[in-house]
Amino acid sequence: MGIAKMIQTLHLTHDYEVQDEEGNITDRVRAIDDVSLDVVRGSFIAVLGHNGSGKSTLAKHLNALLYPTEGQVLVDGMDTLDDSQLWNIRQEAGMVFQNPDNQIIGQVVEEDVGFGPENLGVPTDEIWNRVNEALEAVEMTAFRKKSPNRLSGGQKQRVSIAGVIAMRPKCIILDEPTAMLDPSGRAEVIRTARKLNENEGITIILITHYMEEAIYADHIFVMDRGKVAMQGTPREVFSRVDEMKALHLDVPQVTLLAHELRQKGLDIPEGILTGEELGLALTGQKEALAAAMKQGKITSWDFR
Amino acid sequence: MAQRSTIGQYYQTDSRIHRMDPRVKLIGTFVFIISLFVVNNYIGYVLSGVFLAILIANSRVPFRYIVRGLKAIVFLMLITVICNLFLTKGTPLVSFWKLTITYEGLDFACKMAIRLMFLIIGSSMMTLTTTPNQLTDAMESVFGPLKVFHVPVHEISMMMSIALRFIPILTEETDKIEKAQIARGADFESRNLMKRIRSMVPLLVPLFISAFRRANDLAMAMEARCYHGGEGRTKMKPLKYRKEDVASYIILAAYFVLCILIRILGSRVDLVRFL
Repeated sequence: MGIAKMIQTLHLTHDYEVQDEEGNITDRVRAIDDVSLDVVRGSFIAVLGHNGSGKSTLAKHLNALLYPTEGQVLVDGMDTLDDSQLWNIRQEAGMVFQNPDNQIIGQVVEEDVGFGPENLGVPTDEIWNRVNEALEAVEMTAFRKKSPNRLSGGQKQRVSIAGVIAMRPKCIILDEPTAMLDPSGRAEVIRTARKLNENEGITIILITHYMEEAIYADHIFVMDRGKVAMQGTPREVFSRVDEMKALHLDVPQVTLLAHELRQKGLDIPEGILTGEELGLALTGQKEALAAAMKQGKITSWDFR
Repeated sequence: MAQRSTIGQYYQTDSRIHRMDPRVKLIGTFVFIISLFVVNNYIGYVLSGVFLAILIANSRVPFRYIVRGLKAIVFLMLITVICNLFLTKGTPLVSFWKLTITYEGLDFACKMAIRLMFLIIGSSMMTLTTTPNQLTDAMESVFGPLKVFHVPVHEISMMMSIALRFIPILTEETDKIEKAQIARGADFESRNLMKRIRSMVPLLVPLFISAFRRANDLAMAMEARCYHGGEGRTKMKPLKYRKEDVASYIILAAYFVLCILIRILGSRVDLVRFL
Protein backbone atom coordinates (compact mmCIF):
# COMPACT_ATOMS: atom_id res chain seq x y z
CA MET A 1 0.00 0.00 0.00
CA GLY A 2 2.91 2.32 0.54
CA ILE A 3 1.92 5.61 2.07
CA ALA A 4 -1.14 5.69 4.32
CA LYS A 5 -2.06 9.12 3.06
CA MET A 6 -3.84 9.14 -0.28
CA ILE A 7 -3.77 12.89 -0.57
CA GLN A 8 -1.89 15.46 1.42
CA THR A 9 -1.93 19.23 1.08
CA LEU A 10 0.80 21.25 2.76
CA HIS A 11 0.07 24.93 3.35
CA LEU A 12 -1.86 24.99 0.06
CA THR A 13 -2.70 28.49 -1.09
CA HIS A 14 -4.33 29.49 -4.36
CA ASP A 15 -4.92 32.94 -5.78
CA TYR A 16 -7.17 33.65 -8.74
CA GLU A 17 -5.91 36.48 -10.88
CA VAL A 18 -8.39 39.14 -11.91
CA GLN A 19 -7.49 40.56 -15.29
CA ASP A 20 -8.67 43.72 -17.01
CA GLU A 21 -9.44 43.90 -20.74
CA GLU A 22 -5.79 44.17 -21.75
CA GLY A 23 -4.87 41.11 -19.72
CA ASN A 24 -3.04 42.99 -16.97
CA ILE A 25 -3.46 41.53 -13.54
CA THR A 26 -5.40 44.04 -11.50
CA ASP A 27 -6.26 42.01 -8.46
CA ARG A 28 -5.75 38.69 -6.79
CA VAL A 29 -8.48 36.81 -5.03
CA ARG A 30 -7.39 34.28 -2.48
CA ALA A 31 -9.55 31.19 -2.99
CA ILE A 32 -7.61 28.83 -0.75
CA ASP A 33 -5.64 30.11 2.21
CA ASP A 34 -3.01 27.94 3.85
CA VAL A 35 -4.86 24.64 3.87
CA SER A 36 -3.08 21.58 5.24
CA LEU A 37 -5.05 18.38 5.31
CA ASP A 38 -4.55 14.65 5.02
CA VAL A 39 -6.83 12.13 3.36
CA VAL A 40 -6.39 8.60 4.67
CA ARG A 41 -6.27 5.88 2.01
CA GLY A 42 -9.58 4.07 1.59
CA SER A 43 -11.61 6.61 3.51
CA PHE A 44 -14.78 8.44 2.55
CA ILE A 45 -14.29 12.18 2.93
CA ALA A 46 -16.88 14.91 2.63
CA VAL A 47 -15.98 18.54 2.00
CA LEU A 48 -18.70 21.01 2.94
CA GLY A 49 -18.92 24.72 2.47
CA HIS A 50 -21.20 27.35 1.02
CA ASN A 51 -20.69 28.94 -2.39
CA GLY A 52 -17.32 30.58 -2.79
CA SER A 53 -15.79 28.81 0.20
CA GLY A 54 -13.05 27.38 -1.99
CA LYS A 55 -14.19 23.77 -1.98
CA SER A 56 -14.29 23.37 -5.77
CA THR A 57 -10.94 25.09 -6.13
CA LEU A 58 -9.55 22.65 -3.61
CA ALA A 59 -11.00 19.73 -5.62
CA LYS A 60 -9.30 20.91 -8.81
CA HIS A 61 -5.94 20.92 -7.04
CA LEU A 62 -6.26 17.25 -6.14
CA ASN A 63 -6.36 16.29 -9.82
CA ALA A 64 -3.69 18.75 -11.02
CA LEU A 65 -6.24 20.83 -12.94
CA LEU A 66 -5.09 23.82 -10.89
CA TYR A 67 -1.67 24.35 -9.38
CA PRO A 68 -0.84 25.83 -5.98
CA THR A 69 0.24 29.47 -5.81
CA GLU A 70 2.04 28.49 -2.65
CA GLY A 71 2.41 25.23 -0.81
CA GLN A 72 2.22 21.70 -2.13
CA VAL A 73 -0.28 18.98 -3.02
CA LEU A 74 0.80 15.36 -2.85
CA VAL A 75 -1.35 12.71 -4.53
CA ASP A 76 -0.16 9.26 -3.48
CA GLY A 77 3.20 10.85 -2.79
CA MET A 78 3.43 12.57 -6.19
CA ASP A 79 3.76 16.34 -6.28
CA THR A 80 1.18 17.95 -8.58
CA LEU A 81 3.80 20.51 -9.64
CA ASP A 82 5.92 17.71 -11.10
CA ASP A 83 4.93 17.69 -14.78
CA SER A 84 6.39 14.26 -15.43
CA GLN A 85 3.83 12.75 -13.02
CA LEU A 86 0.85 14.68 -14.42
CA TRP A 87 -0.84 11.76 -16.21
CA ASN A 88 -0.16 9.37 -13.33
CA ILE A 89 -1.82 11.79 -10.92
CA ARG A 90 -4.85 12.21 -13.16
CA GLN A 91 -5.14 8.45 -13.60
CA GLU A 92 -4.94 7.80 -9.85
CA ALA A 93 -7.23 10.62 -8.79
CA GLY A 94 -10.28 10.61 -11.05
CA MET A 95 -12.72 13.46 -11.07
CA VAL A 96 -16.49 13.70 -11.56
CA PHE A 97 -17.93 17.15 -12.18
CA GLN A 98 -21.20 18.86 -11.47
CA ASN A 99 -22.88 19.06 -14.86
CA PRO A 100 -23.52 15.57 -16.23
CA ASP A 101 -23.94 16.81 -19.83
CA ASN A 102 -20.63 18.65 -19.97
CA GLN A 103 -18.39 15.74 -19.08
CA ILE A 104 -19.68 12.96 -21.32
CA ILE A 105 -17.65 12.84 -24.51
CA GLY A 106 -18.90 9.68 -26.21
CA GLN A 107 -22.08 9.40 -28.24
CA VAL A 108 -22.76 5.95 -26.84
CA VAL A 109 -22.51 5.08 -23.14
CA GLU A 110 -19.86 2.38 -23.57
CA GLU A 111 -17.71 4.57 -25.80
CA ASP A 112 -17.70 7.29 -23.19
CA VAL A 113 -16.60 4.86 -20.50
CA GLY A 114 -13.79 3.75 -22.83
CA PHE A 115 -12.55 7.31 -23.37
CA GLY A 116 -10.24 7.37 -20.33
CA PRO A 117 -8.57 4.00 -21.00
CA GLU A 118 -8.14 5.02 -24.68
CA ASN A 119 -6.24 8.10 -23.55
CA LEU A 120 -4.06 5.99 -21.28
CA GLY A 121 -3.09 3.81 -24.24
CA VAL A 122 -4.64 0.63 -22.86
CA PRO A 123 -4.81 -2.22 -25.45
CA THR A 124 -8.22 -2.76 -27.11
CA ASP A 125 -9.12 -6.06 -25.40
CA GLU A 126 -8.24 -4.64 -22.01
CA ILE A 127 -10.38 -1.55 -22.69
CA TRP A 128 -13.42 -3.79 -23.26
CA ASN A 129 -12.74 -5.64 -19.98
CA ARG A 130 -12.46 -2.40 -18.09
CA VAL A 131 -15.59 -0.95 -19.67
CA ASN A 132 -17.58 -4.07 -18.79
CA GLU A 133 -16.36 -4.01 -15.19
CA ALA A 134 -16.92 -0.28 -14.77
CA LEU A 135 -20.47 -0.44 -16.14
CA GLU A 136 -21.17 -3.39 -13.87
CA ALA A 137 -19.85 -1.49 -10.84
CA VAL A 138 -22.28 1.40 -11.41
CA GLU A 139 -25.12 -0.90 -12.54
CA MET A 140 -25.38 0.65 -15.98
CA THR A 141 -24.66 -2.43 -18.10
CA ALA A 142 -28.22 -2.47 -19.43
CA PHE A 143 -27.72 1.01 -20.92
CA ARG A 144 -24.36 0.44 -22.60
CA LYS A 145 -25.59 0.90 -26.16
CA LYS A 146 -27.78 3.91 -25.38
CA SER A 147 -27.08 7.52 -26.24
CA PRO A 148 -26.16 9.55 -23.13
CA ASN A 149 -28.78 12.12 -24.15
CA ARG A 150 -31.51 9.59 -23.42
CA LEU A 151 -30.48 9.02 -19.79
CA SER A 152 -31.69 10.66 -16.59
CA GLY A 153 -29.37 12.93 -14.61
CA GLY A 154 -28.54 10.27 -12.05
CA GLN A 155 -27.81 7.75 -14.78
CA LYS A 156 -25.55 10.22 -16.58
CA GLN A 157 -23.57 10.82 -13.40
CA ARG A 158 -23.21 7.08 -12.94
CA VAL A 159 -21.84 6.87 -16.48
CA SER A 160 -19.37 9.62 -15.57
CA ILE A 161 -18.33 7.65 -12.50
CA ALA A 162 -17.91 4.53 -14.66
CA GLY A 163 -15.71 6.58 -17.01
CA VAL A 164 -13.46 7.35 -14.07
CA ILE A 165 -13.49 3.79 -12.67
CA ALA A 166 -12.38 2.43 -16.04
CA MET A 167 -9.10 4.28 -15.50
CA ARG A 168 -8.56 2.22 -12.32
CA PRO A 169 -8.12 5.14 -9.94
CA LYS A 170 -7.21 4.87 -6.28
CA CYS A 171 -9.24 7.91 -5.45
CA ILE A 172 -12.34 9.58 -6.91
CA ILE A 173 -13.09 13.24 -6.34
CA LEU A 174 -16.74 14.11 -6.82
CA ASP A 175 -17.18 17.85 -7.23
CA GLU A 176 -20.83 18.53 -6.34
CA PRO A 177 -22.00 15.57 -8.43
CA THR A 178 -25.57 15.84 -7.17
CA ALA A 179 -26.11 19.60 -7.43
CA MET A 180 -28.10 19.32 -10.67
CA LEU A 181 -29.99 16.14 -9.87
CA ASP A 182 -33.41 15.33 -8.48
CA PRO A 183 -33.66 13.48 -5.14
CA SER A 184 -33.76 10.01 -6.68
CA GLY A 185 -30.77 10.84 -8.89
CA ARG A 186 -28.88 12.08 -5.84
CA ALA A 187 -29.58 8.87 -3.98
CA GLU A 188 -28.33 6.81 -6.97
CA VAL A 189 -25.04 8.71 -7.11
CA ILE A 190 -24.36 8.63 -3.36
CA ARG A 191 -25.23 4.94 -3.17
CA THR A 192 -22.77 4.25 -6.02
CA ALA A 193 -20.02 6.26 -4.33
CA ARG A 194 -20.52 4.46 -1.02
CA LYS A 195 -20.53 1.08 -2.70
CA LEU A 196 -17.25 1.80 -4.47
CA ASN A 197 -15.74 2.94 -1.20
CA GLU A 198 -16.85 -0.15 0.69
CA ASN A 199 -16.42 -2.83 -1.96
CA GLU A 200 -13.44 -1.62 -3.98
CA GLY A 201 -11.66 0.35 -1.27
CA ILE A 202 -11.50 3.44 -3.48
CA THR A 203 -10.90 6.65 -1.55
CA ILE A 204 -13.86 8.99 -2.09
CA ILE A 205 -13.75 12.74 -1.70
CA LEU A 206 -17.27 14.08 -1.96
CA ILE A 207 -17.70 17.79 -2.30
CA THR A 208 -21.25 18.80 -1.62
CA HIS A 209 -23.56 21.27 -0.02
CA TYR A 210 -26.18 18.69 0.87
CA MET A 211 -25.57 17.88 4.53
CA GLU A 212 -27.55 14.64 4.34
CA GLU A 213 -24.95 13.25 1.95
CA ALA A 214 -22.11 13.94 4.36
CA ILE A 215 -23.31 11.80 7.26
CA TYR A 216 -21.90 8.67 5.64
CA ALA A 217 -18.38 10.06 5.56
CA ASP A 218 -15.51 8.95 7.77
CA HIS A 219 -14.32 12.49 8.06
CA ILE A 220 -15.70 15.90 7.16
CA PHE A 221 -13.83 19.07 6.26
CA VAL A 222 -15.85 22.27 6.45
CA MET A 223 -14.43 25.05 4.30
CA ASP A 224 -15.05 28.73 4.86
CA ARG A 225 -13.36 31.60 3.04
CA GLY A 226 -10.56 29.39 1.79
CA LYS A 227 -9.72 27.86 5.13
CA VAL A 228 -10.68 24.63 6.85
CA ALA A 229 -13.06 25.99 9.47
CA MET A 230 -14.07 22.72 11.11
CA GLN A 231 -13.21 19.08 10.76
CA GLY A 232 -13.95 15.76 12.38
CA THR A 233 -16.32 12.82 12.12
CA PRO A 234 -19.89 13.63 11.01
CA ARG A 235 -21.03 13.26 14.61
CA GLU A 236 -18.43 15.69 15.87
CA VAL A 237 -19.07 18.26 13.17
CA PHE A 238 -22.86 18.10 13.21
CA SER A 239 -23.11 18.25 16.99
CA ARG A 240 -21.75 21.80 16.75
CA VAL A 241 -25.03 23.13 15.35
CA ASP A 242 -24.46 26.75 16.30
CA GLU A 243 -20.98 26.89 14.78
CA MET A 244 -22.33 25.42 11.54
CA LYS A 245 -25.09 28.04 11.49
CA ALA A 246 -22.48 30.76 11.96
CA LEU A 247 -20.84 29.47 8.76
CA HIS A 248 -24.22 29.70 6.95
CA LEU A 249 -24.43 25.93 6.75
CA ASP A 250 -27.25 23.65 7.77
CA VAL A 251 -27.02 20.39 9.61
CA PRO A 252 -29.08 17.35 8.55
CA GLN A 253 -32.77 17.85 9.37
CA VAL A 254 -32.83 15.01 11.90
CA THR A 255 -29.84 16.49 13.70
CA LEU A 256 -31.48 19.88 13.74
CA LEU A 257 -34.71 18.45 15.13
CA ALA A 258 -32.80 16.60 17.88
CA HIS A 259 -30.89 19.77 18.67
CA GLU A 260 -34.06 21.86 19.01
CA LEU A 261 -35.73 19.20 21.16
CA ARG A 262 -32.68 19.12 23.41
CA GLN A 263 -32.85 22.89 23.81
CA LYS A 264 -36.50 22.53 24.86
CA GLY A 265 -35.31 20.33 27.67
CA LEU A 266 -35.60 16.79 26.32
CA ASP A 267 -32.91 14.32 27.27
CA ILE A 268 -31.31 13.81 23.88
CA PRO A 269 -27.57 13.78 23.21
CA GLU A 270 -25.97 16.04 20.54
CA GLY A 271 -24.89 14.55 17.25
CA ILE A 272 -27.92 12.48 16.30
CA LEU A 273 -27.53 11.69 12.59
CA THR A 274 -30.31 9.33 11.58
CA GLY A 275 -34.00 8.96 12.19
CA GLU A 276 -33.32 5.61 13.78
CA GLU A 277 -31.09 7.18 16.41
CA LEU A 278 -33.64 9.86 17.15
CA GLY A 279 -36.26 7.17 17.57
CA LEU A 280 -34.08 5.36 20.11
CA ALA A 281 -33.45 8.62 21.98
CA LEU A 282 -37.12 9.55 22.13
CA THR A 283 -38.24 6.13 23.35
CA GLY A 284 -35.60 6.22 26.06
CA GLN A 285 -33.56 3.23 24.88
CA LYS A 286 -30.31 4.73 26.10
CA GLU A 287 -28.14 1.67 25.88
CA ALA A 288 -29.10 0.89 22.29
CA LEU A 289 -28.58 4.54 21.39
CA ALA A 290 -25.15 4.66 22.99
CA ALA A 291 -24.20 1.52 21.07
CA ALA A 292 -25.47 2.98 17.80
CA MET A 293 -23.65 6.23 18.34
CA LYS A 294 -20.41 4.55 19.31
CA GLN A 295 -20.15 3.14 15.80
CA GLY A 296 -18.05 5.65 13.99
CA LYS A 297 -19.58 5.33 10.56
CA ILE A 298 -23.17 5.34 9.45
CA THR A 299 -23.72 2.06 7.65
CA SER A 300 -27.47 2.04 7.17
CA TRP A 301 -28.70 2.59 3.64
CA ASP A 302 -31.65 4.82 4.31
CA PHE A 303 -30.43 7.75 2.24
CA ARG A 304 -33.31 9.76 0.87
CA MET B 1 -36.24 21.12 -40.82
CA ALA B 2 -35.24 17.51 -40.42
CA GLN B 3 -38.46 16.53 -42.14
CA ARG B 4 -37.79 18.43 -45.30
CA SER B 5 -34.49 17.02 -46.49
CA THR B 6 -32.84 13.68 -45.95
CA ILE B 7 -29.36 14.81 -46.99
CA GLY B 8 -26.77 13.89 -44.41
CA GLN B 9 -29.08 11.76 -42.32
CA TYR B 10 -28.52 8.24 -41.16
CA TYR B 11 -31.09 5.61 -42.12
CA GLN B 12 -31.08 2.85 -39.54
CA THR B 13 -31.37 -0.66 -40.90
CA ASP B 14 -29.13 -3.67 -41.29
CA SER B 15 -27.67 -4.29 -44.73
CA ARG B 16 -24.50 -5.27 -46.51
CA ILE B 17 -23.71 -1.62 -47.14
CA HIS B 18 -24.40 -0.64 -43.52
CA ARG B 19 -22.01 -3.28 -42.26
CA MET B 20 -19.27 -2.25 -44.67
CA ASP B 21 -16.14 -0.67 -43.20
CA PRO B 22 -16.71 3.10 -43.19
CA ARG B 23 -13.34 3.67 -44.87
CA VAL B 24 -14.51 1.69 -47.90
CA LYS B 25 -17.61 3.85 -48.10
CA LEU B 26 -15.65 7.08 -47.72
CA ILE B 27 -13.08 6.18 -50.37
CA GLY B 28 -15.85 4.69 -52.51
CA THR B 29 -17.72 7.97 -52.45
CA PHE B 30 -14.65 9.88 -53.59
CA VAL B 31 -13.99 7.40 -56.38
CA PHE B 32 -17.61 7.54 -57.49
CA ILE B 33 -17.58 11.36 -57.60
CA ILE B 34 -14.36 11.35 -59.61
CA SER B 35 -15.79 8.70 -61.95
CA LEU B 36 -18.73 11.02 -62.72
CA PHE B 37 -16.26 13.53 -64.12
CA VAL B 38 -14.17 10.91 -65.89
CA VAL B 39 -17.18 9.64 -67.77
CA ASN B 40 -18.29 11.96 -70.58
CA ASN B 41 -20.77 9.99 -72.65
CA TYR B 42 -24.16 8.40 -72.13
CA ILE B 43 -22.88 4.82 -72.08
CA GLY B 44 -20.75 5.85 -69.12
CA TYR B 45 -23.71 7.37 -67.33
CA VAL B 46 -25.71 4.20 -67.85
CA LEU B 47 -22.85 2.33 -66.18
CA SER B 48 -22.76 4.77 -63.26
CA GLY B 49 -26.53 4.56 -62.96
CA VAL B 50 -26.45 0.76 -62.85
CA PHE B 51 -23.66 0.87 -60.26
CA LEU B 52 -25.69 3.25 -58.13
CA ALA B 53 -28.86 1.16 -58.53
CA ILE B 54 -27.04 -1.95 -57.32
CA LEU B 55 -25.76 0.01 -54.32
CA ILE B 56 -29.22 1.26 -53.43
CA ALA B 57 -30.74 -2.19 -53.80
CA ASN B 58 -28.10 -3.61 -51.46
CA SER B 59 -28.46 -0.85 -48.88
CA ARG B 60 -32.16 -1.53 -48.18
CA VAL B 61 -32.78 2.20 -47.98
CA PRO B 62 -36.16 2.90 -49.65
CA PHE B 63 -35.68 4.63 -53.01
CA ARG B 64 -38.39 7.17 -52.16
CA TYR B 65 -36.42 8.18 -49.08
CA ILE B 66 -33.33 8.86 -51.20
CA VAL B 67 -35.24 10.87 -53.78
CA ARG B 68 -36.60 13.09 -51.04
CA GLY B 69 -33.02 14.17 -50.45
CA LEU B 70 -32.87 15.50 -54.01
CA LYS B 71 -35.55 18.10 -53.29
CA ALA B 72 -32.96 20.31 -51.65
CA ILE B 73 -31.01 20.68 -54.88
CA VAL B 74 -33.86 20.99 -57.38
CA PHE B 75 -33.36 24.75 -57.54
CA LEU B 76 -29.61 24.47 -58.03
CA MET B 77 -30.16 21.86 -60.73
CA LEU B 78 -32.67 24.04 -62.58
CA ILE B 79 -30.29 27.01 -62.68
CA THR B 80 -27.44 24.84 -63.94
CA VAL B 81 -29.60 23.26 -66.63
CA ILE B 82 -31.02 26.59 -67.82
CA CYS B 83 -27.63 28.28 -67.93
CA ASN B 84 -26.08 25.41 -69.84
CA LEU B 85 -29.05 25.18 -72.15
CA PHE B 86 -28.99 28.80 -73.30
CA LEU B 87 -25.42 29.95 -72.84
CA THR B 88 -23.51 27.20 -74.66
CA LYS B 89 -22.38 28.21 -78.15
CA GLY B 90 -22.55 25.76 -81.02
CA THR B 91 -24.92 24.41 -83.66
CA PRO B 92 -28.35 26.04 -83.18
CA LEU B 93 -31.21 23.62 -82.57
CA VAL B 94 -34.18 25.84 -81.76
CA SER B 95 -34.24 29.60 -81.39
CA PHE B 96 -36.96 32.00 -80.28
CA TRP B 97 -36.84 35.64 -79.25
CA LYS B 98 -33.21 36.31 -78.26
CA LEU B 99 -32.60 32.83 -76.89
CA THR B 100 -31.02 29.99 -78.77
CA ILE B 101 -30.79 26.39 -77.71
CA THR B 102 -27.84 24.70 -79.30
CA TYR B 103 -27.27 21.01 -79.85
CA GLU B 104 -24.18 21.24 -77.63
CA GLY B 105 -26.13 23.14 -74.98
CA LEU B 106 -28.81 20.47 -74.79
CA ASP B 107 -26.18 17.76 -74.60
CA PHE B 108 -24.25 19.59 -71.90
CA ALA B 109 -27.33 20.42 -69.82
CA CYS B 110 -28.48 16.80 -69.83
CA LYS B 111 -25.06 15.56 -68.79
CA MET B 112 -24.80 18.19 -66.06
CA ALA B 113 -28.21 17.28 -64.65
CA ILE B 114 -27.33 13.60 -64.56
CA ARG B 115 -23.98 14.32 -62.99
CA LEU B 116 -25.43 16.48 -60.24
CA MET B 117 -28.17 13.99 -59.51
CA PHE B 118 -25.78 11.04 -59.29
CA LEU B 119 -23.39 13.10 -57.22
CA ILE B 120 -26.01 13.90 -54.60
CA ILE B 121 -27.45 10.39 -54.54
CA GLY B 122 -23.97 8.88 -54.39
CA SER B 123 -22.79 10.97 -51.47
CA SER B 124 -26.06 10.66 -49.59
CA MET B 125 -25.68 6.87 -49.93
CA MET B 126 -22.64 7.24 -47.69
CA THR B 127 -24.34 9.33 -45.01
CA LEU B 128 -27.51 7.22 -45.13
CA THR B 129 -25.63 4.04 -44.36
CA THR B 130 -22.86 5.29 -42.04
CA THR B 131 -23.29 6.68 -38.52
CA PRO B 132 -21.58 10.03 -37.92
CA ASN B 133 -19.38 8.26 -35.42
CA GLN B 134 -18.11 5.74 -37.94
CA LEU B 135 -17.65 8.53 -40.43
CA THR B 136 -15.35 10.54 -38.15
CA ASP B 137 -13.39 7.37 -37.38
CA ALA B 138 -13.02 6.69 -41.09
CA MET B 139 -11.91 10.26 -41.78
CA GLU B 140 -9.27 10.08 -39.08
CA SER B 141 -7.98 6.85 -40.57
CA VAL B 142 -8.17 7.79 -44.27
CA PHE B 143 -6.69 11.26 -43.83
CA GLY B 144 -4.15 9.97 -41.31
CA PRO B 145 -1.21 10.28 -43.74
CA LEU B 146 -1.83 14.06 -43.92
CA LYS B 147 -0.30 14.31 -40.44
CA VAL B 148 3.03 14.40 -42.25
CA PHE B 149 1.99 17.83 -43.58
CA HIS B 150 1.01 18.94 -40.04
CA VAL B 151 -2.71 18.65 -40.70
CA PRO B 152 -4.30 18.08 -37.25
CA VAL B 153 -6.29 15.04 -38.42
CA HIS B 154 -7.03 13.61 -34.98
CA GLU B 155 -8.06 16.97 -33.57
CA ILE B 156 -10.42 17.66 -36.46
CA SER B 157 -12.14 14.32 -36.11
CA MET B 158 -12.38 14.75 -32.33
CA MET B 159 -13.94 18.16 -32.87
CA MET B 160 -16.44 16.71 -35.30
CA SER B 161 -17.53 13.96 -32.94
CA ILE B 162 -17.87 16.38 -30.02
CA ALA B 163 -19.91 18.72 -32.21
CA LEU B 164 -22.19 15.82 -33.11
CA ARG B 165 -22.61 14.90 -29.45
CA PHE B 166 -23.59 18.45 -28.52
CA ILE B 167 -26.06 19.13 -31.34
CA PRO B 168 -29.04 17.63 -29.48
CA ILE B 169 -27.99 19.29 -26.20
CA LEU B 170 -27.70 22.72 -27.78
CA THR B 171 -30.95 22.25 -29.70
CA GLU B 172 -32.73 21.52 -26.46
CA GLU B 173 -31.07 24.53 -24.88
CA THR B 174 -32.16 26.81 -27.74
CA ASP B 175 -35.69 25.61 -27.18
CA LYS B 176 -35.49 26.40 -23.48
CA ILE B 177 -34.04 29.87 -24.04
CA GLU B 178 -36.68 30.59 -26.68
CA LYS B 179 -39.45 29.68 -24.28
CA ALA B 180 -37.84 31.68 -21.47
CA GLN B 181 -37.61 34.74 -23.72
CA ILE B 182 -41.20 34.32 -24.95
CA ALA B 183 -42.26 34.22 -21.29
CA ARG B 184 -40.48 37.56 -20.91
CA GLY B 185 -42.36 39.02 -23.86
CA ALA B 186 -39.98 38.37 -26.76
CA ASP B 187 -41.66 38.18 -30.15
CA PHE B 188 -40.21 35.51 -32.42
CA GLU B 189 -43.15 35.38 -34.81
CA SER B 190 -43.24 38.88 -36.23
CA ARG B 191 -43.88 39.08 -39.98
CA ASN B 192 -41.47 41.94 -40.29
CA LEU B 193 -38.19 40.47 -41.47
CA MET B 194 -35.98 43.05 -39.73
CA LYS B 195 -37.84 42.57 -36.47
CA ARG B 196 -37.48 38.87 -36.81
CA ILE B 197 -33.76 39.05 -37.36
CA ARG B 198 -33.39 41.42 -34.43
CA SER B 199 -35.40 39.03 -32.26
CA MET B 200 -32.67 36.42 -32.74
CA VAL B 201 -30.25 38.45 -30.62
CA PRO B 202 -31.79 37.59 -27.23
CA LEU B 203 -31.76 33.98 -28.36
CA LEU B 204 -28.22 33.79 -29.69
CA VAL B 205 -26.38 35.71 -26.97
CA PRO B 206 -27.36 33.38 -24.09
CA LEU B 207 -26.86 30.39 -26.36
CA PHE B 208 -23.31 31.43 -27.20
CA ILE B 209 -22.46 32.15 -23.57
CA SER B 210 -23.76 28.77 -22.56
CA ALA B 211 -21.91 27.04 -25.40
CA PHE B 212 -18.62 28.60 -24.31
CA ARG B 213 -19.25 27.61 -20.72
CA ARG B 214 -19.97 24.05 -21.82
CA ALA B 215 -16.82 23.99 -23.94
CA ASN B 216 -14.80 25.12 -20.96
CA ASP B 217 -16.30 22.44 -18.70
CA LEU B 218 -15.84 19.76 -21.33
CA ALA B 219 -12.19 20.67 -21.90
CA MET B 220 -11.56 20.36 -18.19
CA ALA B 221 -13.40 17.03 -17.99
CA MET B 222 -11.37 15.71 -20.93
CA GLU B 223 -8.11 16.79 -19.33
CA ALA B 224 -9.15 15.20 -16.05
CA ARG B 225 -9.55 11.96 -17.97
CA CYS B 226 -6.01 12.18 -19.27
CA TYR B 227 -6.84 13.39 -22.78
CA HIS B 228 -3.67 14.68 -24.38
CA GLY B 229 -4.26 14.55 -28.11
CA GLY B 230 -4.04 11.60 -30.46
CA GLU B 231 -0.53 10.55 -29.56
CA GLY B 232 -0.21 7.29 -27.68
CA ARG B 233 -3.96 6.83 -27.78
CA THR B 234 -5.48 3.39 -28.34
CA LYS B 235 -8.92 2.65 -29.75
CA MET B 236 -11.78 0.87 -28.11
CA LYS B 237 -13.32 0.09 -31.49
CA PRO B 238 -10.49 0.01 -34.03
CA LEU B 239 -11.48 -0.25 -37.70
CA LYS B 240 -10.71 -3.65 -39.18
CA TYR B 241 -11.10 -4.70 -42.81
CA ARG B 242 -13.01 -7.91 -43.42
CA LYS B 243 -13.11 -10.09 -46.53
CA GLU B 244 -16.26 -8.33 -47.74
CA ASP B 245 -14.47 -4.99 -47.56
CA VAL B 246 -11.60 -6.22 -49.71
CA ALA B 247 -14.13 -7.55 -52.22
CA SER B 248 -15.82 -4.15 -52.22
CA TYR B 249 -12.52 -2.45 -53.02
CA ILE B 250 -12.03 -4.82 -55.96
CA ILE B 251 -15.51 -4.10 -57.31
CA LEU B 252 -14.86 -0.39 -56.89
CA ALA B 253 -11.58 -0.61 -58.79
CA ALA B 254 -13.24 -2.63 -61.57
CA TYR B 255 -15.97 0.00 -61.87
CA PHE B 256 -13.43 2.81 -62.10
CA VAL B 257 -11.35 1.04 -64.74
CA LEU B 258 -14.52 0.44 -66.74
CA CYS B 259 -15.35 4.15 -66.54
CA ILE B 260 -11.92 5.06 -67.92
CA LEU B 261 -12.23 2.49 -70.70
CA ILE B 262 -15.63 3.83 -71.70
CA ARG B 263 -14.23 7.34 -71.87
CA ILE B 264 -11.35 6.28 -74.14
CA LEU B 265 -13.48 4.04 -76.33
CA GLY B 266 -16.30 6.60 -76.39
CA SER B 267 -14.07 9.36 -77.70
CA ARG B 268 -12.76 7.02 -80.39
CA VAL B 269 -16.32 6.30 -81.51
CA ASP B 270 -16.94 10.04 -81.73
CA LEU B 271 -13.71 10.46 -83.67
CA VAL B 272 -14.77 7.76 -86.17
CA ARG B 273 -18.12 9.48 -86.69
CA PHE B 274 -16.40 12.83 -87.14
CA LEU B 275 -14.12 11.42 -89.84
